[in-house]
Amino acid sequence: MRLEYFQLIDRIVDLNLADRKISSEATVPTTSTIFEGHFPGYPLMPGVLLIEAMAQTSGWLVVALNRFKRMPFLAAVKEAKLRTFVTPGQKLAITAHLEHDGSGYAITAAKIKCGGKLICDATLTLRVLDFPNAEMGRQMRETADRIGLQVEAPVNG
Amino acid sequence: MSSTFDTIANIIAETCDIPRDSITPDSHAINDLGIDSLDFLDIAFAIDKAFGIKLPLEQWTQEVNDGKATTEQYFVLKNLSARIDELVAAKGA
Repeated sequence: MRLEYFQLIDRIVDLNLADRKISSEATVPTTSTIFEGHFPGYPLMPGVLLIEAMAQTSGWLVVALNRFKRMPFLAAVKEAKLRTFVTPGQKLAITAHLEHDGSGYAITAAKIKCGGKLICDATLTLRVLDFPNAEMGRQMRETADRIGLQVEAPVNG
Repeated sequence: MSSTFDTIANIIAETCDIPRDSITPDSHAINDLGIDSLDFLDIAFAIDKAFGIKLPLEQWTQEVNDGKATTEQYFVLKNLSARIDELVAAKGA
């Protein structure tokens, strides 16, 4: 995780476009200023960041399905359950499945497991919009390369 | 079997916590019922699932923004019902 850049996914482990599923992994850093405040003497990964990790994994799935033509933005979080504490150094396995591909939006079901145990899950709504500018699209493809998301991008994208 | 309008009205009532009896075929989803764009995504999702279609929200929004259509054509519920019936018929054709 690159918490300082709000880039929470380390690596895409599996992408199945036919089944509309994705798996990623992320390791919670052992040190971060976040843990100095959350909480002093008892560092915990904030639940909102776990939700964000599910949203980013879902987002990469949507980006892959539309082949970098459009950008997903988190719009709603439903049925979010944060089942247990996550602490620095833990390795997270994140999965997301596209439940519905709507017109201008997507619904995903996402989960995080740690050591095979379910940590949290939620249903997420993402608005899917045109990239606001070419630079953002370029940066997204660079990040995708870094985390191993291999999808053929449009030639003119 | 309930009508398309009844199905939509029930979805709106449940999704947006609006009293069912205040929702009529002449209700405008935005102007009369106060449904915002995010809530409408929930409604669209429920409609897509209930009817097995994909409401072309982006196309409708573009047409309204371009002045080629009015919001009444798509968001007054009797008109929305008619659009849904057309989409269902097109799917089965």
